[in-house]
Amino acid sequence: MEDKNVIISLQGVTQVFDKFTAVDNFNLDITKGEFVTLLGPSGCGKTTTLRMIAGFDKPSEGKILLNGEDITNVPPYKRPINTVFQRYALFPHLNVYDNIAFGLKLQKIPVQVTNRKGVTKTKMKHLSSEEIYKKVSHALKIVDLEELENRDISTLSGGQQQRVAIARAIVNEPEILLLDEPLGALDLKLRKEMQLELKEMHRKLGITFIYVTHDQEEALTMSDTIVVMKAGEIQQVGTPTEIYNNPVNAYVANFVGESNIYNATFTSESQVRFLGHIFDVDVKGEKNAKVDVTIRPENITTKRVKEDTPSDALIGKVDSKVFKGTHFEYVLMVGKSEVVVQNNKQYNVGDLVTIEFDTSDIHVMKKDVTTNIYPEAWINKANEVMISEHPFECDITQLLEGSHVDEDDYLVGPDGKKYDLKDADVIAEVGLDQIEIIEDETEDMLIGYVVDTVYKGDHYQLMIRSELEEDFIVDTEYLYSDDDAVGIQIDKKNIKLTLKGDISRYEVEE
Amino acid sequence: MVKKIMAQCYIWLILLLMYLPILVLIAFSFTTATNVGEWTGFSFDLYTALFKDEEIMRALGNTVLIALISATISTLLGTTGAIGAYYHKRRVRRTIEMVTQIQMVNAEIVIALSLTVMFVFLGTYIFKANIFSFWTLLIGHVTLSLPFVYTSVKPKLEQMDPSLYEAAIDLGATPRRALTRVVVPEIMPGILSGFLLAITLSLDDFIVTAFTRGSGLLSGEQTIETLSTLVQAKIKKGPIPTEMRALTTIIFLIVVVVVILVTIYQHQRDKKTRKPGLSRGAS
Repeated sequence: MEDKNVIISLQGVTQVFDKFTAVDNFNLDITKGEFVTLLGPSGCGKTTTLRMIAGFDKPSEGKILLNGEDITNVPPYKRPINTVFQRYALFPHLNVYDNIAFGLKLQKIPVQVTNRKGVTKTKMKHLSSEEIYKKVSHALKIVDLEELENRDISTLSGGQQQRVAIARAIVNEPEILLLDEPLGALDLKLRKEMQLELKEMHRKLGITFIYVTHDQEEALTMSDTIVVMKAGEIQQVGTPTEIYNNPVNAYVANFVGESNIYNATFTSESQVRFLGHIFDVDVKGEKNAKVDVTIRPENITTKRVKEDTPSDALIGKVDSKVFKGTHFEYVLMVGKSEVVVQNNKQYNVGDLVTIEFDTSDIHVMKKDVTTNIYPEAWINKANEVMISEHPFECDITQLLEGSHVDEDDYLVGPDGKKYDLKDADVIAEVGLDQIEIIEDETEDMLIGYVVDTVYKGDHYQLMIRSELEEDFIVDTEYLYSDDDAVGIQIDKKNIKLTLKGDISRYEVEE
Repeated sequence: MVKKIMAQCYIWLILLLMYLPILVLIAFSFTTATNVGEWTGFSFDLYTALFKDEEIMRALGNTVLIALISATISTLLGTTGAIGAYYHKRRVRRTIEMVTQIQMVNAEIVIALSLTVMFVFLGTYIFKANIFSFWTLLIGHVTLSLPFVYTSVKPKLEQMDPSLYEAAIDLGATPRRALTRVVVPEIMPGILSGFLLAITLSLDDFIVTAFTRGSGLLSGEQTIETLSTLVQAKIKKGPIPTEMRALTTIIFLIVVVVVILVTIYQHQRDKKTRKPGLSRGAS
């Protein structure tokens, strides 16, 4: 069962601090010589995972195997693993040489000794100072600091301290080198240099590197394997190309590289609908299945079009333009959705352009629908929320804590400031069990048609589509047949609103 | 301008108040007159007499011995206590800190009296003998200086990068090695100043000494006399022994030398280990 090349294996590792689960059921096998990066935002558990591998923290559950042996309870000083700390943690009272030699001076190696009686025994001996000198010099050479061995730590620059920290760790010839955001304190240029150098060092040394960072670019540049983490859980494990091109979910897509992410619905087996258009896709899906799709900004091609060109192509209006050094980044508006595009073409704000991308560049990701999200909702002048261009009563005071609505329909904050939320863009969320279906529909109701029914064990999940092709997913006990026309009602307290942008832009000047 | 003059005056006034008595004392240590104020000619007679006076020499020896022994013990206990507390949970640390701080501000007479009562109690009920001796005196002095050692070590621990200890463990040091090779050198200035503080506290202590001493040390079968108890005993009977002027001058000069040495040491160390990273580009 054991793969010979697996050097370290984390099995069901869980870390709980005071009821807070920092790492949850972490399973990962790392191959010998691999450069693995744990990638995620701060607080995602990546550093905690590293600390458990180093041995500073004991996992609450699960075990860690090194070369097939359980090391969960082995203290850090007995593990053939060394760490490069986030802020280097160099010993200030020792100079460069003694910092690097620290581990070597503690090491004992077995030596065959023949005593006077001619009996050969194995004795544990410290390394001789010549051996230590040789090893330290070699490590200094690897990190390019040959001249500095007698310098005090405080006289070194950040980059040099970084190198000393690496030398101090690799001089012990560990089987695994752990690096905890080692480049975080360096400036951008130095960081780029060090990235390449670390990669080169990894190649030369041939040992396993486990690297922790929140910088996706760093991860993509250096790693053989990236482990994307979120809230203590692994989201995806893969090569940089896999992670970048085939993110498993919207979180990974968003975290790794810039991405356009949309809610989409399969309209047939190999077609999805988003941005108001239907696109062919490479993957097959069940009709009416809800998915997320992503398209990388660099994969979108654009062409300028005249204002009155009748076209069934996807047309966007240039909303903003930012020069990024090697290319322009445009934000195009398609209705109320944004499409981010990167290219070298020259457009002005307000220009109309066609938006095109290859079928293969649409990446479809599964998603579990837990709530109906309407990212293109807005508030009308009666302070109702418009979903699928139909007004629903809602409670707009939830947009600002401690606020109330005055007699002129303005939202008044706790500090007395007034806000006019007419035409404000909001994201509306409604739970699946909070939509009521009315069979005797009346004029003033939003009317939809049942397009899909799934039996979920103890209830049905219906998909109801409005005339404007907005979908409402509803959990209900009753069975409806497809194409039934029904009225949709939502209690005002069940509509959760989130304002897009800051509320200050809606403030009323008096 | 006026402000500057005022500031200058103030400084000189304070310096005068602080150092004039000492200067007078030093000056009169070089004359043999019994009454301070009379000048009977410059001589080193008091110094030679001092070193011949067995009583004073014995008291000096006792004082120095107690100071060194008690300072060493309280430095060891205070440092290990501070390190132990530092690696404890916050609540435990807070409690330990509060307990030690109370002893620092506590009136010395209260400490002295409570120690005496305890020793008497222990002597009566447990040891069935008078237990006042060098050992009770030592306990008294350690009790007195321990909190000061703790308080001077603690900030050094807090300033230390907490990952230093982990780095040492990571590089193969056992927890004990990590402590002796990394943590202790890092907090050495705090330990040293705690040790010096403990010595000073013990050297000139009178109240606790007077209450807790018994026989022992250089005094043999007799009650231990330290410099402070000796001077007190002499004053009770008559004028301050003239040799004392020479002795205090010597003590003062030793203190000055020690202060200068410590200042130089700290200056050197500061220059050497300005926190790494602060100098350039660290987060």
